[in-house]
Amino acid sequence: MPEISLPKIVPVDMKSGGDAGGRSLITIDRLALYYGATKALKDISLNLGERVVTAFIGPSGCGKSTLLRCLNRMNDLIDNVRIEGAVKIGGHDIYSSDVDVIELRKRVGMVFQKSNPFPKSIFENVAYGLRLHGVKGKTDMEGAVEESLRGAALWDEVKDRLHASALGLSGGQQQRLCIARAIAIKPEIILMDEPASALDPIATARVEELILELKKDYTIVIVTHNMQQAARISDYTAFFYIGELVEFDATAKIFTNPACKQTEDYVTGRFG
Amino acid sequence: MIPSPATTDFRSKEFRYSSFFLTGLTGLATFLILAILVVILTNVVIHGLPGLSWRFVSTIPKKDLFDPATTGILPMIVGTTIRVFVMTIFVLPVGVITAVYLTEYAPNTSPVTKIIRAAVNNLAGVPSVVFGLFGLGFFINFVGKNLDLLLHNSYQAWGQPSLIWASLTLAVMTLPVVIVATEEALKAVPPGLREASLALGATKLKTIYKIVLPQALPGILTGGILAVSRAAGEVAPILFTGVAYYMSSLPTHLTDQFMDLGYHVFVLSTQSPNIDKTQPILYATVLVLLLLTFALNIVAILIRSNMRRKMRSLH
Repeated sequence: MPEISLPKIVPVDMKSGGDAGGRSLITIDRLALYYGATKALKDISLNLGERVVTAFIGPSGCGKSTLLRCLNRMNDLIDNVRIEGAVKIGGHDIYSSDVDVIELRKRVGMVFQKSNPFPKSIFENVAYGLRLHGVKGKTDMEGAVEESLRGAALWDEVKDRLHASALGLSGGQQQRLCIARAIAIKPEIILMDEPASALDPIATARVEELILELKKDYTIVIVTHNMQQAARISDYTAFFYIGELVEFDATAKIFTNPACKQTEDYVTGRFG
Repeated sequence: MIPSPATTDFRSKEFRYSSFFLTGLTGLATFLILAILVVILTNVVIHGLPGLSWRFVSTIPKKDLFDPATTGILPMIVGTTIRVFVMTIFVLPVGVITAVYLTEYAPNTSPVTKIIRAAVNNLAGVPSVVFGLFGLGFFINFVGKNLDLLLHNSYQAWGQPSLIWASLTLAVMTLPVVIVATEEALKAVPPGLREASLALGATKLKTIYKIVLPQALPGILTGGILAVSRAAGEVAPILFTGVAYYMSSLPTHLTDQFMDLGYHVFVLSTQSPNIDKTQPILYATVLVLLLLTFALNIVAILIRSNMRRKMRSLH
């Protein structure tokens, strides 16, 4: 792996009129994304704050997941995707040619909609990423795995069966294992793509508690279809509609007194 | 208001002819396949068992191939086993790497990918005797002869029919089987696993090596089993590339010629001076060929199930 790395992520001070907590970590600047000839994201500009939870909401197909996947360049994996504009993290354009995608993805972790633990043991699931990034030695590894599982509030449930298959865990436990796996490599940002949409209400509540806990150390961007969830856990909310950013503001304002009629209709359940 | 039904009897009042007919037809087809298999197997076992003995399978025939009292088929068993193993060693890596390229790297819509896929499918449809001729023309006359020139061999070490060329010819023939099976196995690995690995900062190569291939391994081995079954009984591809009518000793090098069970069946049934006298050993040879194919399959299946169990239980 070439040793090209991003400069350490340092939040830059928001320009005037900034909404997101004073210090902005992620700057999306007139970002457009095309699937072939279809323009899926239309000139989106957005500043996301450090150590806050930002929620992306909007009806299906509005581009919120696509935008999320621009932040760790997961869209690179899809043929025919073209991007214009810039995404800056800590002031550095992640689409510039000198960026090592491996290093980027180490710093910007991701949790997916469908929990996708590897068909390995619980321990190996967490150890996989650690090993990729050079953690060696039995003691170091065991310590790091325990720390990550504790961080994802899963340790007490699995400490006696670390070497059992991860596929034997319940859906909610699997998703928390995926979160443990993501935080194990100490990213600075965690992207979550509808992390609780396949979970029952109790498992969802646990994941939400965890997100609020993680907010102290990580910058979190979450895509959700669940309005109550966005209201409960996010500090800032961006509402998207057909590839466009309609409104971005503090969550309280979006849900109580949105500037746009469209946003109000959506959050009150009148469409979408 | 919907009137409530008078009875709760759901039984059909009429006989469903189409359903009966289709069930019968599919059952009949299945029965036919089974019947053919049973007829072949019983025939071979009944006629083959009397001629089968430890002496027969462990003897290297010294002069008369057709004398039931002294002949044996040890060199044929050895030859067939070795050529299948050598073939597997070549066909699995090449087939798997090709399939990995096609499913994981090649852009799905590009004309090059389409051409490669079409080529693989067409390769599967080529008659096996054509592979034999290809092996003779390419492996022996081109690769082998030039190898001899390069190595300054005074005699033809590589430029003649031998085990290695017969195995390679079989490997080319079974390549499509392995490629198609591996592709199916790779496609069955959930895309979410690849994404999870890549999102953790793994390279594509690491993701394939550590996550995708281990998941696909049982399916890949199924391809290997199919290739072994197909190759074990083939005669045409080895006809020009390595099989010998008679050899007085077992092959010791990959550049040696070899005797083969399938070819020996052909020899016994067409070259015998006294058909009636050789019939028992002909049947016995067929039985051994069937058992050997069966055994090779069992070995591959055991490896596969062992792997599946490991993957399920984990450590």
